Amino acid sequence: MEFNLKIWRQKNAKAKGHFETYHISGIEEDASFLEMLDILNEQLIREGNDPVAVERGCQSSGPVSFDHDCREGICGACSLYIDGRAHGPDDHVTTCQLFMRHFKDGATITVEPWRSAAFPVIKDLVVDRTAFDKILQAGGFISVRTGAAQDANNILIPHDKAEESMDAAACVGCGACVATCKNGSAMLFVAARVSSLALLPQGRPEAKRRAKAMVAKMDELGFGSCTNTRACELECPKGITVAHIARLNREFLKAKFSD
Amino acid sequence: MADKFISKIPDGPLEKKWTKRKSDIHLVSPNNKRKLEIIVVGTGLGGASAAASLGELGYNVKIFCISDSPRRAHSIAAQGGINAAKNYQNDNDSIYRLFYDTIKGGDYRSREANVYRLAEVSAAIIDQCVAQGIPFAREYGGYLANRSFGGVQVSRTFYARGQTGQQLLLGAYASLNKEIAAGTVKAYPRHEMLDLVIINGEAKGIIARNLVTGQLERFGAHAVVIATGGYGNTYFLSTNAMNSNGSAAVQCYKKGAYFGNPCFAQIHPTCIPVHGEQQCKLTLMSESLRNDGRIWVPKKKEDVEKLRKHTIKASQIPEEDRDYYLERRYPAFGNLVPRDVASRAAKERCDAGFGVNETGKAVFLDFADAINRLGHQRVAERYGNLFDMYEKITASSPWEEPMMIYPAIHYTMGGIWVDYDLQTTIPGLYAIGEANFSDHGGNRLGASALMQGLADGYFILPVTIGDYLSKKFAEPKTDVTCKEFDLAEKTVQERIDKFFSINGTKTVDSIHKRLGNIMWDNVGMARDEAGLKKAIKEIAELKKEFYEDVKVPGSQFEFNQELEKALRLEDFFVIGDLMARDALNRNESCGGHFRIESQTEEGEAKRDDKNFMYVAAWEYKGEANDPELHKEPLNYEFIEVKTRNYKD
Repeated sequence: MEFNLKIWRQKNAKAKGHFETYHISGIEEDASFLEMLDILNEQLIREGNDPVAVERGCQSSGPVSFDHDCREGICGACSLYIDGRAHGPDDHVTTCQLFMRHFKDGATITVEPWRSAAFPVIKDLVVDRTAFDKILQAGGFISVRTGAAQDANNILIPHDKAEESMDAAACVGCGACVATCKNGSAMLFVAARVSSLALLPQGRPEAKRRAKAMVAKMDELGFGSCTNTRACELECPKGITVAHIARLNREFLKAKFSD
Repeated sequence: MADKFISKIPDGPLEKKWTKRKSDIHLVSPNNKRKLEIIVVGTGLGGASAAASLGELGYNVKIFCISDSPRRAHSIAAQGGINAAKNYQNDNDSIYRLFYDTIKGGDYRSREANVYRLAEVSAAIIDQCVAQGIPFAREYGGYLANRSFGGVQVSRTFYARGQTGQQLLLGAYASLNKEIAAGTVKAYPRHEMLDLVIINGEAKGIIARNLVTGQLERFGAHAVVIATGGYGNTYFLSTNAMNSNGSAAVQCYKKGAYFGNPCFAQIHPTCIPVHGEQQCKLTLMSESLRNDGRIWVPKKKEDVEKLRKHTIKASQIPEEDRDYYLERRYPAFGNLVPRDVASRAAKERCDAGFGVNETGKAVFLDFADAINRLGHQRVAERYGNLFDMYEKITASSPWEEPMMIYPAIHYTMGGIWVDYDLQTTIPGLYAIGEANFSDHGGNRLGASALMQGLADGYFILPVTIGDYLSKKFAEPKTDVTCKEFDLAEKTVQERIDKFFSINGTKTVDSIHKRLGNIMWDNVGMARDEAGLKKAIKEIAELKKEFYEDVKVPGSQFEFNQELEKALRLEDFFVIGDLMARDALNRNESCGGHFRIESQTEEGEAKRDDKNFMYVAAWEYKGEANDPELHKEPLNYEFIEVKTRNYKD
């Protein structure tokens, strides 16, 4: 297969970005999207020595930087906005689990970083998502000390509650919800954590404090508000639903009323 | 150095050793803990749980990771579960049985005392994790559910769907976040350790590169903990994350930490087969699938041919023409034999010409029986996400046709040598989790990596490191402007400058792929003297070519992933060479290490306890010299050493 790749290039956080277009051929349809980018980078590095390529302007930007790690769809590092969709044109996948068989041979593919005020670009397609860590540091935990726990089976949790908590806990923290939301809201991310813990008895004692603190931190870090467009749930690679946002809202209101 | 190479196993009965050690350890008072600084490198299960626990105790902790967030560490990708000797199933499990299974699974090449302690603290890990809000699978009565795993005959594995590692890591990361919020831990994401700084023979800090700015930064402490995982990516293609590397371990090795059993690498039997030349990463399918999946290849070569030509489907091959070779060869354990045994059996069938895909390197893992027996819903609850993942990658549905699998490099049992306190041969330097060599011997059992990472991080290191630090609280903070830091930074700077000066024609990845081929062909599932000698020679030649002809684009002072890869590859050369040397020295078949010269008439692995019942600990002797081998004898005082038998 062959493709034209229109890729966002940006030297650093302060530089102005631009698109560059590259041609790539000889791609197997079973190759993943990131493997295709690896091959492009090999080409760009080699062409760095090629005077013709220098004339074409390829040499100046060098290989394309992008975040990736596990390549199994679980670490949440990969974060590409492909042809206008977070993680590209397949449902319920992270970018690393997107395969070239989903594209038409000869297609032009546009690749951008997550676009959000709260996620500044570091370089090319790499963004800074430490805002997510800060939200979780505000309250996304249960305050138990190592060694302080009772026997695990002393806390009984109905099967369905545990499953529902697990549905929310599946969040990989990739930021697709923020990148997709027209308001740049992190509600689905926050809701996934709040909801997962609120559903469990261990999470109840701090439920009110947690909901308030995480929402406040989200607002402070420049994420937008939720206007219930449900775009986030469509693009979430782990299929986390807005039902969790409803639970977050309940938890938040309960906390506010009891103030 | 000789006095530091002592395992320090406490005297007394096996079940009293850890208690005895804990009571002998000196404590540090709360007001003194505040004066002490600890560096933790790595934020996987080991690093995150250690940093969180040390922070709770009141130490000042700095934690480093190469990714953008601690939550991305590769522990997150562990699927199947975590073992614990809870005996919730009433199937006669016990601490002793978990200990015994682990020693036996490791083919009698691990320390009794360490493994017993691991089994002893395993139950508390589950308590801790449940208290943190980890949504483990539950029975309808609300009690915790279990599944069984390879190499054992009880059900002691706790799980959260196929995402157990993710949930445990998010638990440890949450604890870490709690401490970051409390100010006891400071996190340095996108920082890579590039050197260990030693002052007066003790570990006192690290040099790290800020991966965003490219600056080299100095960090001092009273002790350093390495929790950077394994070195499976030496093989280029592995189930490790793309950025997982052995560099921190190599820096420690080069500064004097002995490296234990480097040749013990685990080849996992259930991975998605290689699809082509452009691949850079192999995907694991959880071992838990072997609970209900049956592994087979056709009995008839003509069926194999038809499968390769796609003229028949696997499901069309009648039952009597299928060879369920694990059930045939190992009736007592069947599809649940340990990973090393399952991997070699797959290789044996494929080498004999029964591989079921075009490359001839794949076998079937079939769920048809399980779906009939349990029904769609229960299979979906257990494995739904794994089935989805398989289908996304291969475009074939395990609900309709069996999965295709083949072994791949997955985990390294070897690692930095540590004593019973998890301290390396460098005072003040500790290694935990996969980064150390200690608990799994020649082969790790499934669902035990998560157990070890959390045992080390929550329950062992936070106690043992106190013994060392109890003598250090009067020492001032480490001065990072001293000459030792100057020299370490200068050395790192020279390494970086060298890469930009080469300006050759080959990319880092293209050279890494070639190193991977050398390793897989010669230091892979079957090894022999000629191949290992060839590997040592070829690695040296390739390393020379690397230094003459690699091209690293860009500059140091920017986000530069090619420079990161070049620095890591430099260290993979050191490990690859060391693995081959260790494999050459160990002329026996043991766990994941199979020497062709040492096998029974039936082709099973043959251990040589008389000559090789020791930990091989390698000491770095400089670039120009061969490393020196030290031996830590393994004494089995409490269990009888037997031939591993999974047949009856």
